[in-house]
Amino acid sequence: MERLPRWADVALVPLVSLLLAAVIAALVILAIGQDPWEAITVMVQGSIMDSYGWGYTLYYATSFIFTGLAVTVAFHASLFNIGGEGQAQLGGLGVALCCLFLPWPHWTLALIGATCAAALFGAAWAAIPAYLQARRGSHIVITTIMFNYIAAALLIFLLVDVLRPAGQMDPATANFPEATRLPTLNELPVFNLFFTSNVPANVTLLIALGMAVVVWLLLWRTRLGYAIRAFGKSEAAARYAGISPFTIIMVAMLISGGLAGMMAINNVMGEAERLLQNSASGAGFIGIAVALMGRNHPVGVVLAALLFGFLFQGGAELGLWTKIPIEMRTVVQGLVILFTGALDVMVRMLLTRIFNLFRAGRMAKGAA
Amino acid sequence: MDYATLLQLLDTTLRLATPLLFACLAGLYSERAGIFDIGLEGKMLMAAMASASVAFLTGSVWVGLLAGMLASLLMAGLHGIASITFRGNQLISGVALNFVASGITVLIAQRLFGQGGRTPPLAGEARFSSITLPFAEELQGVPVLGPLYYEVISGHPLLVYVALATVPLTWWVLYRTRFGLRLRAVGENPAAVDTAGISVVGLRFAAVAITGILCGLAGAYMATALQAGFGREMTAGRGYIALAALIFAKWRPVAALWACLLFGFFQALALRPDVVEAVVQVKVPVPFLDALPYVLTVLVLAGFVGKAIPPRAGGEPYVKER
Repeated sequence: MERLPRWADVALVPLVSLLLAAVIAALVILAIGQDPWEAITVMVQGSIMDSYGWGYTLYYATSFIFTGLAVTVAFHASLFNIGGEGQAQLGGLGVALCCLFLPWPHWTLALIGATCAAALFGAAWAAIPAYLQARRGSHIVITTIMFNYIAAALLIFLLVDVLRPAGQMDPATANFPEATRLPTLNELPVFNLFFTSNVPANVTLLIALGMAVVVWLLLWRTRLGYAIRAFGKSEAAARYAGISPFTIIMVAMLISGGLAGMMAINNVMGEAERLLQNSASGAGFIGIAVALMGRNHPVGVVLAALLFGFLFQGGAELGLWTKIPIEMRTVVQGLVILFTGALDVMVRMLLTRIFNLFRAGRMAKGAA
Repeated sequence: MDYATLLQLLDTTLRLATPLLFACLAGLYSERAGIFDIGLEGKMLMAAMASASVAFLTGSVWVGLLAGMLASLLMAGLHGIASITFRGNQLISGVALNFVASGITVLIAQRLFGQGGRTPPLAGEARFSSITLPFAEELQGVPVLGPLYYEVISGHPLLVYVALATVPLTWWVLYRTRFGLRLRAVGENPAAVDTAGISVVGLRFAAVAITGILCGLAGAYMATALQAGFGREMTAGRGYIALAALIFAKWRPVAALWACLLFGFFQALALRPDVVEAVVQVKVPVPFLDALPYVLTVLVLAGFVGKAIPPRAGGEPYVKER
């Protein structure tokens, strides 16, 4: 059996996987007695047909770029970081502490400070599972899942008992000071030509895109990135080449946790402007789908994050305007992970067979 | 803390440990056969929804139980196809199926009943009722042991006793039958099993099917015995706690019982912060109690409470030599 051509491997496999997921999703919508065509129309209308929809789609996409990159970096070291959710929540804590308790003169300085705090807190939350994997061999998948739950419990405690201002009912911090407010896209030059009304997408989008470039440079243009990828391909070979598994596991997970944590500047600082319970609202998990769909490449991650931004915003519109519950987007998310992550061998086998059919046909013609 | 409070706590412990025990033993079969399964959570959720819905519609808890097991088996079959037939990543498949279950249960329940993704409350024949064991009333007067028997051991739904009985059964199957030997072998060294002319794929599918059935029992217990109906995300991470208990128990059935009882006890404590406060003399925030099973699992994983070594071929798809 011949291999797939490179373009098919890079572009066709994810597209076919996505198509399969979409077909199953349509069948699910049919099964609950709704109209898939109406669903897709509502989703497209609500998320990419006007600047308001784009504002939300890009806002969600910003978060997903961060979490997708986080999963990507860990994947390249063959580590499966399911802890993005907890790391993003801790990142939120870092942002909140930074914005509430330090006097920032201007949003640009606050943004730099908060970004560092978010990355630091997120990385710290990833550090313990990383250390346990590197030194004690505890499986990182299980420890990061456990740390998600521990993070949730920790934040409930902090929000209810420590950070909640006196007299406030809901478990959340006080509002951040005005000086830390990030400009939204409609307040930025050039962008405001397109975004005329107030949208949640903010300046963080540019940082997310910048991080995608940084991750690309790191993985494919630095010595460290090479070491990470070598370790991910074969631990034994990497060890033989003098690469320390301990260092690579720690560094890859710290970067991964830091990226997941940085997501918080988008949702906590850029949108809510205070820290709420369950602030990451599932974006950490969507990072897994985004990384798988994006084939663990920053360009792919950005595209997949846009797609999931569309799904997320469109899914919310479904919940508003149709009888399809908002949980539909969780189903789609699961299906995309299933087809792009677990069943990609099936898709590949299918495509290889089709390609071979064409090849055989061409060869027969050539012989005649 | 007096004796009566302790008995209450232990009673709640047993109730809360039951779904963990079913799910933990479910994971044991799968992982001993070399198939990692983070999808216990999703299977339980599907079973909870299916059993509550069918029990409500038919009015019979037994038909509901059957439906729950079938729904869970279906999910197990998908996991099997992805991870055994197509040799996909078992962890990713589990995560994916958990998301699918999380969403689709709400979709189906909303379609069937239109009550915001819940099933209507179950009552009467549509629920498992509590069973009073023989002589429980008569022996109540016996000091210490009498109330223990009456309060803690007796008076649970049937499935609690089924779960307890599954522990020795699993031990027997695993260590005293040919199937059990082969199951353990396929998780340690599938090539050897294949060389002996036994189907690796067949054994692994059998293990995954048992996992499906046991998760079905866990979910059905949640929705028709522990609570009266299905609500969104009602399993609340129990699949993951069961996984933690499995690691804590080092993949052994009897140890799994103790691990699940311990984690059940923590969950019971989290429901009674007043008792905890009275015992330790300090106000302990409820989130800390909630986080205790997870922290403990991390400590176990870190090898501070004995090293946990998973089955050797776990997580690796088996590729026949050509």
